[in-house]
Amino acid sequence: MNISLNGEKKEIPDNATILGLLEFLKTQPERVAVELNLNIVKKDAYGTTNIKEGDSVEVVAFMAGGMDS
Amino acid sequence: MNDDKLVIAGIEFTSRLWVGTGKYKDFEETKKAIEASGTDVVTVSVRRVNIIDKSKENLLDYIDPKKYKILPNTAGCYTAKDAIRTAMLAAEAGITKLVKLEVIGDEKTLFPDNEAMLEATQVLVKEGLIVLPYMSDDPIMARKLVDIGCPAVMPLAAPIGSGLGIRNPYNIKIIMETVKVPVIVDAGVGTASDVAVAMELGCDAVLLNTAIAGAKDPIAMAEAMKHGVIAGRLAYKAGRIPQKLYATASSPLEGMIGS
Repeated sequence: MNISLNGEKKEIPDNATILGLLEFLKTQPERVAVELNLNIVKKDAYGTTNIKEGDSVEVVAFMAGGMDS
Repeated sequence: MNDDKLVIAGIEFTSRLWVGTGKYKDFEETKKAIEASGTDVVTVSVRRVNIIDKSKENLLDYIDPKKYKILPNTAGCYTAKDAIRTAMLAAEAGITKLVKLEVIGDEKTLFPDNEAMLEATQVLVKEGLIVLPYMSDDPIMARKLVDIGCPAVMPLAAPIGSGLGIRNPYNIKIIMETVKVPVIVDAGVGTASDVAVAMELGCDAVLLNTAIAGAKDPIAMAEAMKHGVIAGRLAYKAGRIPQKLYATASSPLEGMIGS
């Protein structure tokens, strides 16, 4: 199915959960924060939160940066 | 200095020098500079994960979150809405509720937008976040931010990355007299003496990034900053002599030959 991931179109496995998406992206779940359609998904709900066709997902993490950079 | 610990919202900090992780050549240099600075607090930004290039190394592979307190910031946010969203994501990604809140008002100066800061702080404090606000060196703003729940304030010394040092030490002094919470000078320092001046004024800590990362030898500068903070803090606690216009002899006059 197609979703919007970090502002870009992306095809991911059908009926994926957030956890499934993070595994698909080879991203460590404990190091990221996830928004599904602008709502933050709590870490303990990653495995039970399903993504639907057309959903908008943001995956963010800590990056280098001191002040405004 | 071991008994001279900084505590903010119940969190104990061993170092009074806090450093950013931006603008380094690579993660190896970042790691070495941070080690040389002796800090236990590093600031990081919150950004979209690179979903295309997964081979890209992660900062946290170099900066161990067990060893350092990770202080996420909302750098790059120009509206209260963006800053709130970023701060909430940071709190979810991290292990603490600590966030350094920035709401930038202008690209040229990177000065904070005070109204937007207050608005974002109000929301985030209600959400249970520990908000450390990056702010102008304005005592009234400091008071307002503390009144709505900030456990410390972070006034700028000079514009971010300018290296101008403490442009208005009198305002920093007034801020310290106005609020009864830790005052952390954030942004604008250029070299070790600037850091020492901030600490001699009585500031509780200094946060910097460019002054180390942009130095010719960042690792040596990180060490210099460490000593600057220690020297300034010790001098502040020791209590300096008053400044006088005329000389005061330091040798006794008694027993002078020819007297």
